[in-house]
Amino acid sequence: MSLLEVEDLRISFPTRQGPVEVVRGVTFSLGRERLGIVGESGSGKSQTGRAILGLTPPPGKATAKRLEFDGIDLRDASAARWRSLRGIRLSMVMQDPKFSLNPVMTIGRQLIEAARRTSSRSESKDRAMAMLEAVQIRDPARVFKAYPHELSGGMGQRAMIAMMLITEPDLLIADEPTSALDVTVQIEVLRILDRLVNERGMGLIFISHDLRLVSSFCDRVLVMYAGQVVEEVKASELKQAQHPYTQGLYNCLPRIEGGQRPLPVLQREAGWAV
Amino acid sequence: MAEFAPKVGGRGSALSFWLWKAVKLVLTVAVTFLGLLLITFLISHVMSVDPVLRVVGDRASQSTYDAMYLQMGLDKPIWQQFWIYLQKVLSGDFGNSFLTKKPVMGDIARAFPATLELATVAILIGTLVGVPVGVWSAVKAGKAFDQIVRVLGLVGYSAPIFWLGLLGLLVFYANLQWVAGPGRIDIAYEYSFTSVTGLMLLDTAMQGEWAAFGNAFSHIILPASLLGYFSMAYISRMTRSFMLAELAQEYVTTARVKGVPEWRIIWVHALKNAAVPLVTVVALSYAGLLEGSVLTETVFAWPGLGLYLTNSLQVADMNAVLGGTLVIGAIFVGLNLLSDLLYSLLDPRVRRRVRK
Repeated sequence: MSLLEVEDLRISFPTRQGPVEVVRGVTFSLGRERLGIVGESGSGKSQTGRAILGLTPPPGKATAKRLEFDGIDLRDASAARWRSLRGIRLSMVMQDPKFSLNPVMTIGRQLIEAARRTSSRSESKDRAMAMLEAVQIRDPARVFKAYPHELSGGMGQRAMIAMMLITEPDLLIADEPTSALDVTVQIEVLRILDRLVNERGMGLIFISHDLRLVSSFCDRVLVMYAGQVVEEVKASELKQAQHPYTQGLYNCLPRIEGGQRPLPVLQREAGWAV
Repeated sequence: MAEFAPKVGGRGSALSFWLWKAVKLVLTVAVTFLGLLLITFLISHVMSVDPVLRVVGDRASQSTYDAMYLQMGLDKPIWQQFWIYLQKVLSGDFGNSFLTKKPVMGDIARAFPATLELATVAILIGTLVGVPVGVWSAVKAGKAFDQIVRVLGLVGYSAPIFWLGLLGLLVFYANLQWVAGPGRIDIAYEYSFTSVTGLMLLDTAMQGEWAAFGNAFSHIILPASLLGYFSMAYISRMTRSFMLAELAQEYVTTARVKGVPEWRIIWVHALKNAAVPLVTVVALSYAGLLEGSVLTETVFAWPGLGLYLTNSLQVADMNAVLGGTLVIGAIFVGLNLLSDLLYSLLDPRVRRRVRK
């Protein structure tokens, strides 16, 4: 049985000119595998991720024909129901640790707050320390006591990953988890994320605008454009992608050998967005 | 502000770090006060009031006038006069008040506690009500609660305080008789306790004079509530906007993802961040109240600093005015230091961490 079923997910925001749909009928299903969602800014990929956690920012509204997590219908879930899932079974790593960690709370307190969902007060601290070690932080005791601004971006993001995986959720959504990091740190953080997801056998939705990163890291890739899924391909078969948008994205990646200059520019067609 | 703190590392430097802080603090305060003294001194000299005439009176002979002129050192160059003035002030001598014929220092020492007590009760009311109300209006932004608070705040902001004061006296004192009238305490209780701090609530409570305490409380509650209402309107407005900004931050989403209960997100995660700029708002409101609110003190016959200063100003009692101005300046400097200190306690990013 699949972990997550999404059918005809639509998210709209009211504007002065009437409601605007930013996600228009997204359908996919996910097992305990790694699914990548790629697309440019505004394609609706982040909103898709947030809707799965019931965190569509007001006044936005998310509707779907089907939104099931492990057999639980999430469409009309109460606030209490959401809280019982979030942080315990569903979790999300966000983009930039500079903003996504509370600046006036120590890393330790923030980790313990997450750990307390599933473990007792006395266990929580040990768990937090163990988790900091698991994300390969060399001096967990120091990081535990540190405030977010005292950590580098890479360290902060590791702490974030530790915090979101501390309860061993079934499904993790990673929303551009490495976009705010230096390129050299990106790979390291990704490796840690990859290993933890593998070890714990959880489902992962990896949202990114970086097609190459996604294809090297995921099993399947959804390509989104203007709020719709334009193509779903296996990561290994990305070269054979059918949709011109995917091909375009793929072609504008720079290559070291046989590099083209200038890089081709994506030619959009109005028809894709219909 | 901590730019020139030295680089730290090792045990010995922790000491030098705090030493630096202390030196910096003393220098800041000293420079501020020197500037304040200079300004008040110069103001007293550009005033078109003849200080000699104020002392000797209109009908004094020329010789008396000249003698006093020399005694007051007015023949000396101005920088020398300032030096003398500085020495006097530093030894706690603000001169005598022309109005009360008593040392200004003693007058202020009597008037200030009254203002301090009123301002403190008022700011407590304003903060303890204003912050929760502001937080809740941010959470319920645009809803009925928010709208009602907005209107009440607007009234608190724009209604003249003397009018509200008179209305309050009419309703709660004259008609309902829930509270005591003008003044700090009834004459019957005035001598039932000894004045130690000058703060009647504190003095009576410490001496166990509960009947007097109750009476003093009954006197202070109406003017304090009025002033508190005024600062509450401001504090709740600021709290609301700080909280709206914080609730839109990413770390709030993080907390929601973690499944943190909503009350904790609001009152712990967001409010802890909003509290940092709020400190300044509350400190400035408090400083404003400590200057003494002339209108409230007049309506309630409250013998505070505002009343004292206004009376002195009306008769150009410069010694008293200068003394009062200095005290107010000192309050501002003190509260600014306090809010700086609280700032670094609340915000780890401001705090310079002393680490090995």
